[in-house]
Amino acid sequence: MHATEATTTLRREVEICNACRYCEGFCAVFPALELKREFGEADLSYLANLCHNCRGCYYACQYAPPHHWGINLPRSFAEVRAESYQDYAWPPSLAKLFQRNGTVVALALATGIALVLLLTMAIQAPGMIFAKRAVAPGEFYDVIPLWAMQIVAITTFGFSLVALGMSVRNFWLDAGSERKLTIGGVLYALHDIATLRNLGGGGHGCNDNSERFSMTRRRLHHAMAYGFLLCFAATCVGFIYHTFFGWAAPYEFFSAPVLLGTVGGIALIIGTVGLFAMKLVDDPMPAARKLLGGDVAMLVLLAAAAKTGLLLLLLRATSLMPIVLALHLGVILTLFVTLPYSKMVHGLYRGAALLRNALERDQAPLGSGGG
Amino acid sequence: MPDLTKTYDVLVAGGGNAALCAAITARQAGASVLLLEHAPRAFRGGNSRHTRNLRAMHSQPTDVLTEAYEEDEYWDDLRRVTGGITDESLARMTIRASSGVFGWMRDCGVRFQPSLTGTLNLSRTNAFFLGGGKALVNAYYLTAESLGVAIAYDSEVLAIELQDGAARSVNITYRGYPYTVQARCVIASSGGFQANLDWMRHYWGDAVDNFVIRGTPYNRGKVLKNLLDQGVAMVGDPTQFHAVALDARAPQFDGGITTRLDSVPFSVVVNQHGERFYDEGEDVWPKRYAIWGRLIAQQPGQIAYSLFDAKALPLFMPSVYPAVKADSIGALAEKLGLAPTKVQETIAKYNAATGTGKFDNSQLDGCTTVGLDPPKTNWARAIDTGPFYGYPLRPGITFTYLGVRVNERAQVLMENGHPAGNLYASGEIMAGNILGRGYLAGFGMTIGTVFGRIAGQEAARHARN
Repeated sequence: MHATEATTTLRREVEICNACRYCEGFCAVFPALELKREFGEADLSYLANLCHNCRGCYYACQYAPPHHWGINLPRSFAEVRAESYQDYAWPPSLAKLFQRNGTVVALALATGIALVLLLTMAIQAPGMIFAKRAVAPGEFYDVIPLWAMQIVAITTFGFSLVALGMSVRNFWLDAGSERKLTIGGVLYALHDIATLRNLGGGGHGCNDNSERFSMTRRRLHHAMAYGFLLCFAATCVGFIYHTFFGWAAPYEFFSAPVLLGTVGGIALIIGTVGLFAMKLVDDPMPAARKLLGGDVAMLVLLAAAAKTGLLLLLLRATSLMPIVLALHLGVILTLFVTLPYSKMVHGLYRGAALLRNALERDQAPLGSGGG
Repeated sequence: MPDLTKTYDVLVAGGGNAALCAAITARQAGASVLLLEHAPRAFRGGNSRHTRNLRAMHSQPTDVLTEAYEEDEYWDDLRRVTGGITDESLARMTIRASSGVFGWMRDCGVRFQPSLTGTLNLSRTNAFFLGGGKALVNAYYLTAESLGVAIAYDSEVLAIELQDGAARSVNITYRGYPYTVQARCVIASSGGFQANLDWMRHYWGDAVDNFVIRGTPYNRGKVLKNLLDQGVAMVGDPTQFHAVALDARAPQFDGGITTRLDSVPFSVVVNQHGERFYDEGEDVWPKRYAIWGRLIAQQPGQIAYSLFDAKALPLFMPSVYPAVKADSIGALAEKLGLAPTKVQETIAKYNAATGTGKFDNSQLDGCTTVGLDPPKTNWARAIDTGPFYGYPLRPGITFTYLGVRVNERAQVLMENGHPAGNLYASGEIMAGNILGRGYLAGFGMTIGTVFGRIAGQEAARHARN
């Protein structure tokens, strides 16, 4: 992690926090920073990625603006977090995509949809596209051949997985723990990831947009994250059905892939739309203004994936099916391609930071003993 | 904007913990309430926003307090720190009431946390607010707003007009404009006067220019002075205040907790002439940190310097400003603006007097100097391992002891001993009745909460009749 203006600002702030420690009941960040007296860039990157942006510390801070010390940890953490995404990006030449990320993802989405539509047009005879449809196995592949789907999906998703893996490796080498991995540590971290315990403000919830505490953000994030996982599970089940059993999509409504996708899609829409609505009434003070674009773009992309998926389910027996299919696959393609260069990376770095936190949680805070 | 033309049942002067407890309790009892906070919204809450916990009696472990802390032990602690400058019946009433505040506080949205670090090991006696005092203040304001308490920020109470021992009207400024507000009862919860340097100068002369005020700049003592000028009975020594050792680089106001320094017991402290003046290792720091503000206030220039070496650096909590660092004692003295030869001599004499016992930072280790005056009676290790560090120290004023006399119903007493008809007080403005001297961590918040609730209850009842 490079030294920047953002890390300088954050260092000044966490040094003040370390002398105060009033916030240690909110989340894992404060006990973690109490282990240090001096904070290198890697430490700051770790803490920034450990922060879940619940904002409890901002509203509780006796030194928050307009106090002359102007402590605003949620914003400073967010800014360093965003810089860390660039620092760890692989290949490094694509790190620039994190600048103006909202524009990048939006353009990628437009390009993705246009590309899939154009390719569909190119492959198909014009009359085919608007022909009457029935829900029959293999119907989707009449519109876009299976081989085309598979090649595009495997290459883009495969590349993204490699890029994500290299990025998180970069993070771990820079800001990870020097301790050995333990099963207990991994389980502890997985529990933190699965429950978003640190979005709970010590059990009372986040400060969504004021001094008031609420669980809304945490619940909406759960809806979004688990919805996303259900949709991904639907895709995997579909892949298994086809590859190992030879059952071709589309499947009946009461089949595992469609049910998983439907429930997941609805949850994903609730989560993304809800989180987007929260952004509209956000308190601008603890938020990092320049990250809003990338945040919103990811919400829109995920919502679009869910909405086009459900639309496809609704319209798959109509002549609109090929267009909606192309639309849906265009969105999914964008998701795959932008995966390592969008807000989506936060989950990996956050998970890695939680793992380091879990491995080091038995250490005693500095300066706590004696005298 | 709150309606300043209507006659409220209860007017609360102040916006910290005691004021909020009074306002919410009065509103819950059915009174119409106006709360006037001098600070703008961002700095609301007086000194409560810098607090962290509340001292509470309890006879068995609770979810936020360990073991037990019974009335007699609590009272013994109070009697010891005050040296008897207290009122036993008011004190015992407050102590007993402290065990019953948690349910109400939780209902008001106050959240607690298990105590963790840097808290002077108070988990048995003190309940910690999640996020500290500002989070508590936030919770109370949310509750007050939702109950319909009228709240005016940027509102300074200038005078409470007393006639025949009763408050008739209240003169204020609201956003810089003068108003006269009518209320059936008035509760004074506007704190002490430690931020009023002109008043402090009256007793301390130009030394006040070297004092740091740890908390809010809005505690000017206007209401306190106004009431005392109108024949209200006084408690507490006006010249006295609670002071701790702070980093001399602290801002003049509102530096809060982060500028305090815990280095003293592991260091040697010299004045601006490079001479030691007090036993740095007299007792564990939690029991001694409160005397060092006064010790420094009595030194020339109201400044002192805590000097230590690399061995001592990890032994205490970091503070907000980095220590001044140098490779030799002489160079360190120079950086701190002290005479190098004098400081070298002081350290050499100190080092020569050390060497007995086994150093143990976790307890009184009996590691004492021999033949040194003043001695350092614990943790006396040679200062010999570079790099060397130093902090400049100044007295940091937490609160003043001067207050208005009250009875157990939180009624303000006049000089003739009679209670004022409709005037009540809670918080620092009356804490001197109970804590006339010394300091007990978290006890100010206890007094504020207990008397705030009594004042709110009594005022609401009085307004109804």
